[in-house]
Amino acid sequence: MKKRQITQVLGFNFLRLCIALVILILAVILYDIVSKGMGQISWEFLTSMPKDGMTKGGIFPAIIGTFFVTVITALLSIPLGMGCAIYLNEYSKKGKITRLIRMSIRNLSGVPSIVYGLFGVVLFVQLLHLSTSILSAGLTLGLMTLPWTITASEEALKNVPQYYRDGAQALGATKWQAIRTNVLPYAVPGMLTGTILGLSRAAGETAPILFTGAAFYLPFLPRSLSDQFMALPYHLYVMATQHHAIEKVRPIAYGTALVLIVLIFCMNFFAIFIRYKLRKVRIK
Amino acid sequence: MTVKMKTHITSRTQGVSNKIVDENKENIVKISVKDFNFYYEKSQALKNINLKIKENTVVGIIGPSGCGKSTFLRCFNRMNDMISGIKYEGAICIDGKNIFDKELDIVDLRRNIGMVFQKSNPFPKTIFENVAYGLRINGIRNKEYISEKVSRSLRNAALWDEVKDRLNQSAFSLSGGQQQRLCIARALAVEPEVLLLDEPASALDPIATAKVEELIHELKKKYTIIIVTHNMQQAARVSDYTAFFMMGELVEHDLTSKIFTKPSKKITEDYITGRFG
Amino acid sequence: MKRHFDEDLKKMNTDILKMAAMSEESIYKAVEALKNRDKDLARAVIDSDYKIDELELVIEEEAISLLALNQPMAVDLRFITTGMKINSELERIADLSENIAQCVLQLADKPLLKPLVNIPKLAEISRKMVRDAIDSFVNLDEELAKKVIFSDSEADKLRNSIYNKLIYDYMLKDGSTAPRAVPLLLIARHLERICDHAGYIATNVIYMIKAKVVKHHLERLRK
Repeated sequence: MKKRQITQVLGFNFLRLCIALVILILAVILYDIVSKGMGQISWEFLTSMPKDGMTKGGIFPAIIGTFFVTVITALLSIPLGMGCAIYLNEYSKKGKITRLIRMSIRNLSGVPSIVYGLFGVVLFVQLLHLSTSILSAGLTLGLMTLPWTITASEEALKNVPQYYRDGAQALGATKWQAIRTNVLPYAVPGMLTGTILGLSRAAGETAPILFTGAAFYLPFLPRSLSDQFMALPYHLYVMATQHHAIEKVRPIAYGTALVLIVLIFCMNFFAIFIRYKLRKVRIK
Repeated sequence: MTVKMKTHITSRTQGVSNKIVDENKENIVKISVKDFNFYYEKSQALKNINLKIKENTVVGIIGPSGCGKSTFLRCFNRMNDMISGIKYEGAICIDGKNIFDKELDIVDLRRNIGMVFQKSNPFPKTIFENVAYGLRINGIRNKEYISEKVSRSLRNAALWDEVKDRLNQSAFSLSGGQQQRLCIARALAVEPEVLLLDEPASALDPIATAKVEELIHELKKKYTIIIVTHNMQQAARVSDYTAFFMMGELVEHDLTSKIFTKPSKKITEDYITGRFG
Repeated sequence: MKRHFDEDLKKMNTDILKMAAMSEESIYKAVEALKNRDKDLARAVIDSDYKIDELELVIEEEAISLLALNQPMAVDLRFITTGMKINSELERIADLSENIAQCVLQLADKPLLKPLVNIPKLAEISRKMVRDAIDSFVNLDEELAKKVIFSDSEADKLRNSIYNKLIYDYMLKDGSTAPRAVPLLLIARHLERICDHAGYIATNVIYMIKAKVVKHHLERLRK
């Protein structure tokens, strides 16, 4: 009896230690970035162009670039990913081929992002002559997020109880009617949540856009989809490793990191928010 | 010299119990199952079933787990079609028309044959929208017609008085028994002629079960009802006829009062008395 | 809550009442036949007994169905089982009436031994007991059922005095009166038996109402 209780106490304390360690690491990172980046943040920093060989000025073009490239990513990966997920989960027959397809998709999500970047160069830049541009970068990121979108969407569909489909079809609905009226409305919040989490990862990626459209420095904002662009993660990379005066621009790098983190947090919160919101609507 | 008789004695009607279907009344055969076989992949789930079901009667299907009773029920509205690798042989005729006919529109079939599932399964919509669902997917847009239909279906499902003031609340706010009656109302809204009930009271408490059973008793005036239940007593209480299934075969089918007092097969007797196995 | 089972119970109740009315009518007719030396009426009683027998079977089947199909509990269960017993008692009562009618046929051609005094009285008591027993069943009237049980001793006394009179005043004095005295003796016995059956019905009614066993334990009634 005694021994079992001791083991229990020890076990619990070990688990507590684990979680404390994780929280500690997160806190240190956040503290480091916030304390060093906070001083840099100002309206000026957020809305002006870089100046003096990027040693002064703001990060406005990087914010804009990241925003647009994320929009393109979303436009590609949301419809395509959801469509694939619906087909896989609702229509495909359970069999070897489906299993193979599903396995490939899972594997794709483990492919390093630099490989996507390389693939994007070959496909979009060279083969499709889209040049290094917002479009190429967005599409590359879109491809990269597809496996996540599909997997998350499929999970969301799986969470809709089978009887929603059976019940609707027993009332004379066709399969598509049943899916459209009685499955999708309840799956979409989950699908969107997964997708937005995927997008927020894409927004922070450097490697895939490195070759496909992100620029080291541009003195102007992109005017069309075929222009190159600046992006926050790449800008951060540049400021931290490639700049001619790294020590001097460190505060700018920290500011950029803070903006990027806040942006991604915002997207994640947005995902949680819409899930909460839509869930409330559907129960009502 | 008058013989004093009690005045409150009314003339007796013919029959043993009015619960039993009056054999003299000609109930039309609504459904007939002929030499019906059903296969999942390679295993045969139903073997050579022959059965006639009369209009406005309740048929209870009983049998041990895995005897094929639910599979059989799901044949009537072809819900088994959703499963891959199944095969039918023989015929199930409803009003003389074979439901496996190539010409037949499965959507029409399902509209004509309402189904209520084992677990009460309202959709995550309001009470009103649950009942209106079948109408909406069938393309009905007329608001007055829909609301008229919804209230009538709820009345027929003996639920109206309990929900009339809260039609716009979530169906999940109802109790288990109410949810199951809501599902019955939902099935009634599309005006079926046959109702399939798949263990409709298996998850309900005794009071809610009794309510659903009373409802079934009322509904048979308008519908032909097939009910699958693993609760033999329930089959005894609600059905006019009882079919006993075992290992995919229809062992015995007769008046419920006969099955439960003097079954003709030993195996039926063993099952209903609990001596089985 | 409304139960369609109640309709089935009501039906059985109605059938038992009909059975009771028919049995009571048999007693009445048998005694009338005796009083009026009416062979046709006596035969009518004998001939109509089959109807009561058939109704008994119908009620029995009804009760079995109710038990098998509805798994009744408590008061419903007691109603059905009591109903079954009352059913058999009533059938026995009707059989006894038939026996009386047969005695009447034996007597009809012979002159009356003596004017009938106590037998009509006993007949009246037996009919009243049957009627009261059934009324107590219908109205769930425990007091009335008790009254029925207690009035049985009155019937016993009356029967004994009929026995004594017939045996000591007639049969022992003049053996040739036996063919006319014995049927009267039997009729008295049958009527008294009818009273006994009425008493059984009443004990069953008390069981049904109060779930209290008073059969073979009449002392429990006096408390």
